[in-house]
Amino acid sequence: MSEKIKVPTVAEMMATGEVPDILFWVGCAGSFDDRAKKITKAVIKILHGCKIKFAVLGTEESCTGDPAKRAGNEFAFMMSAMQNIQVLNGYEIKKIVTACPHCFNTIKNEYPELGGKYEVIHHTQLINGLIKEGKLSVSGGDFKGKKITFHDPCYLGRANDVYEAPREVLQKLDAELVEMKNCKAKGLCCGAGGAQMFKEAEKGDKEVNIKRTEDALETKSNIVATGCPFCNTMMTDGIKHFNKEESVEVLDVAEMIANAMDL
Amino acid sequence: MVASIIFIVLIVVGTAWFGRNVMRIRKNILLGKDLNRSDKKGERWKTMILVALGQKKMFQRPIPALLHFAIYAAFVITQIELIEIFVDGVSGSHRVFASSLGGFYTFLISFIEILSVLALVATFVFLARRNLLKIPRFHMSEMTGWPKLDGNIILYLEIVLVLCILTMNGADEVLMNVGHSHALGLTGDTYGFAVSSIIGPSVFGGMDVASLEILERIGWWGHIIMVFTFLNYLPISKHFHVLLAFPNVYYSNLKNKGQFSNMDAVKKEVEMMFDPNADPYAAPPEPAGEPERFGAKDVTDLTWKSLMDAYTCTECGRCSSMCPASQTGKKLSPRKIIMDTRDRLEEVGKNIRKHGKEHIDGKSLLGDYITEEELWACTSCNACVQACPVNIDPLSIIIDLRRYLVMEESKVPSELATMLTNIENNGAPWQFSPMDRLKWADED
Repeated sequence: MSEKIKVPTVAEMMATGEVPDILFWVGCAGSFDDRAKKITKAVIKILHGCKIKFAVLGTEESCTGDPAKRAGNEFAFMMSAMQNIQVLNGYEIKKIVTACPHCFNTIKNEYPELGGKYEVIHHTQLINGLIKEGKLSVSGGDFKGKKITFHDPCYLGRANDVYEAPREVLQKLDAELVEMKNCKAKGLCCGAGGAQMFKEAEKGDKEVNIKRTEDALETKSNIVATGCPFCNTMMTDGIKHFNKEESVEVLDVAEMIANAMDL
Repeated sequence: MVASIIFIVLIVVGTAWFGRNVMRIRKNILLGKDLNRSDKKGERWKTMILVALGQKKMFQRPIPALLHFAIYAAFVITQIELIEIFVDGVSGSHRVFASSLGGFYTFLISFIEILSVLALVATFVFLARRNLLKIPRFHMSEMTGWPKLDGNIILYLEIVLVLCILTMNGADEVLMNVGHSHALGLTGDTYGFAVSSIIGPSVFGGMDVASLEILERIGWWGHIIMVFTFLNYLPISKHFHVLLAFPNVYYSNLKNKGQFSNMDAVKKEVEMMFDPNADPYAAPPEPAGEPERFGAKDVTDLTWKSLMDAYTCTECGRCSSMCPASQTGKKLSPRKIIMDTRDRLEEVGKNIRKHGKEHIDGKSLLGDYITEEELWACTSCNACVQACPVNIDPLSIIIDLRRYLVMEESKVPSELATMLTNIENNGAPWQFSPMDRLKWADED
């Protein structure tokens, strides 16, 4: 992205007496992973382009505790969760958007019992809403005539029954949306969930992301769209495994919309 | 008279033995930890009607669903006929409702006969699917020995049962043809049953009355004996699902599948740490009774719902066929997790009955049945939970066992230990400084 957008933190905004309408929860991958940072910037471009009063927590954000909880360490999860809830409640945050389905799931489902009650949406839901409200229009972009398949992140789809928002958004692009043989509730995991992202897989005859990439390649799509930074990594590695990086791109829904949106 | 006494003894013994075994299973399930699933009654009933009664999730795979539905419908509807069999068996009458119900009787028995024939066809297809076609989910490593035999036995029993019904009705049709009806107040030369009025004469036609009467009795007694054999086979078999499917779906998790339980004990401890008014030197309040174990090492550490899941499983393997780990050759199979839980629970139950509640056999679910390698292969993707036609949740067992491994034994793969340390020290699973969290905003 050429022009640099000023990203306000909640602390800065509050200092000028303003309150953000929505908090953008960036997440660890979105903050530190080089590939995922591009997704973060695409979300920022959309938020900024639609003139939404948003802010990020910046250095006050920390891991939601998702991988700790899935790995069985409830203490590490609880420490992270309570620290985050303290920060969020301190700023009286009401609405949160995030580009990470793991953060989305944890804050939406597991924080309320611990005192953290917010309206939490995934960025594909936000984008879909903006398009429906007429605040965001999509016409241009590099996707004309291309074939796109969407890989359902488990923590967005099965875990929270969000299947249509990303698809409705992708249908706005001038492209053909095709489904893999296992999609939506039957979608195959990319192999990263449940803290697998941070360890080597157990012994088997194949890596999970290779199997999922085979499903994606079978559709003969030019683009594998995802809505999760971890799925993105796994699918990108899979495409590289088959030496298909010249012909198949792995992109987040936000990146595609940021590319195709009218400003 | 003698027949009536034998019949009554069969019913009483058969029912009592079944009741005894069901109570044992109930006791075993109640060894589990508390979990409140008494909320949202309306939604629970609705889910049960759709998923258990209506078999909604079965129809994700239409062919086995239709075949299964034929057997299920025959199984449920045939029970109506049992009412008459009970009355006849106790009083010595013959087809006591035939004359009073008239045409409706003919309709009912015809309906049962048609369903029975459909069930018979389905049974043969199922036998072929299990034994001739190489359907992968029936040939995984946990499906050898008893589980494989168990799957076939019930199909053989089903064949015998249907043949008994058709023999009974078919022989009776021929007896009616030759004017030897035993049903009181019934005239005419046929009952008009949909299936047996055709196959009866073609198979048994021309036989002498004495042979026909014996055949009819063999069918009648065979039928009721098979019913009680089946009833008493259920509690020692995977086929207990025909009963437990209903409560198991009723009590299933209605929350978003991604929501894992928050552990209250941990929450309280961490809350104390966060409380600025708490006395840092105060001793933690004495827990009532034994200190609770974090996570699960054995079946008694699991919730009662996980234990009910274990007895509800019919080992169909839809979970494992959708599991990313199973599909890529890892040791983990969600079906095995559930079967192991049931087998271990049976063992624990037996130990308690033999040696009393305090007996320790030195074994546990974790280690003796389920290995760490299986647990760490799970991606927590919920494909198994989604796939289960009776809403069994293998994932919650996996997570409870992981919790024990990590929090009680500090047994965690080294890369995950690093990840956990990073979360605690840096607020991220990777080793980045928390102060760099907004750096991306300044990068191009």
